[in-house]
Amino acid sequence: MEISLLSTIFDVLLGLSLLGLAWSALATTDLFKAVLLFIAFGLLMALVWVRLNAPDVALAEAAIGAGITGALMLSALARLNSPHTGRAIASHTTDPEKDPSIQWWPFISLVLVFIGLAYSVFTFSPAFMGLQPDVYSQLVNSGVENPVTAVLLNFRGYDTLLEMLVLFVALLGVWSLGENPAVKTPFISPVLDTLSRLLTPVFILVAAYILWVGAHAPGGAFQAGSILGAAGILLLLSGWQLRKDTSSLFFRVLLLAGPLAFVALAAITLLIQGQLLEYPPAQAGLLILILETFATLSIGVTLAALFLGGFPWSKNRALK
Amino acid sequence: MTIIDYLSIILIIIGAFFFLAGTLGLLRFPDIYTRLHALTKADNLGLGITIIGLMLQLESIMAVGKLLLIWLLVLLSGASVAHLIAKGAVQRKIRPWK
Repeated sequence: MEISLLSTIFDVLLGLSLLGLAWSALATTDLFKAVLLFIAFGLLMALVWVRLNAPDVALAEAAIGAGITGALMLSALARLNSPHTGRAIASHTTDPEKDPSIQWWPFISLVLVFIGLAYSVFTFSPAFMGLQPDVYSQLVNSGVENPVTAVLLNFRGYDTLLEMLVLFVALLGVWSLGENPAVKTPFISPVLDTLSRLLTPVFILVAAYILWVGAHAPGGAFQAGSILGAAGILLLLSGWQLRKDTSSLFFRVLLLAGPLAFVALAAITLLIQGQLLEYPPAQAGLLILILETFATLSIGVTLAALFLGGFPWSKNRALK
Repeated sequence: MTIIDYLSIILIIIGAFFFLAGTLGLLRFPDIYTRLHALTKADNLGLGITIIGLMLQLESIMAVGKLLLIWLLVLLSGASVAHLIAKGAVQRKIRPWK
């Protein structure tokens, strides 16, 4: 009884802090502050997912929602503040004070979305059990023991295939905006250098562990990939550069490995089994592991490339 | 409750105290350098003591090892990041509070 009261208090405080953080992130005029509040929001959100017994989502939220997205926003902010690009962007934005419709349209659409969500929550039949029983009854055939991985990579593998493509298209979008701006002289520090040397192998090991453990416990390709991406971001920040003669083909292949493996497997299963991404139950575990390995590599390289921003290869030079 | 449980509770409360003190310092100390000092104390010591308290409740050596690893990683990154922030502040010529 006491324990449940305590956790209720904790949950209420958590929910209120989440709302408070969201409000202050939106209300502050200082963009740097807004980004930091957003990162704190992501971390608390991960805690909420833990409280809701969804550790898979919590891992993804902490790694991608708070970590990688935070780093991406900070790098975008740094570019916004730089003298060349900052002015160009500032002259293109409309002042919300002069044009109130900019504030009203998002508000109205948010209210509509909220009403729609509230309506669907309240009209749920109390007898509806969700898809949990179906997932558990088919888990033996999925090749993995973690129901979340089973849904993502087997039952709804099609969705994950599209998600991989979305990530890839996002990178293409960033690349189409132009070349990677000149790298500023990195912050030179022996501490940062040592830290990146010490942590990079740990990052790779943890990513491999998360990938492997995803078959029977929370973890999987997206979480592992974002850890690899974080390693890439740390290396980029500490001034590591690729050798000038590294071919760009290698990286393009890495970027496409995940989507290609998915599409290839989809084609093969379509030909042999007659259904897209329907694996034979005996080989399902191995196929999922292979798919996830390629997906992890691609996600990691894509996220690091997104952080780099801009197309990294120019006509005459090798990778900067 | 066994003695182990009481020991866990005491350790976790001590850990929480360090976090509270660290947060107070972060909010109340006058400049970036003293705030960093308060913050890293909370991270290093508070987390360490909390983790020892939690380790007492675990049954497998593997889980104990994972918690220990988490603490070591936080120690490493916390100390390095504090150094980097302080160095950045020095480079921007932010003067220490007197």
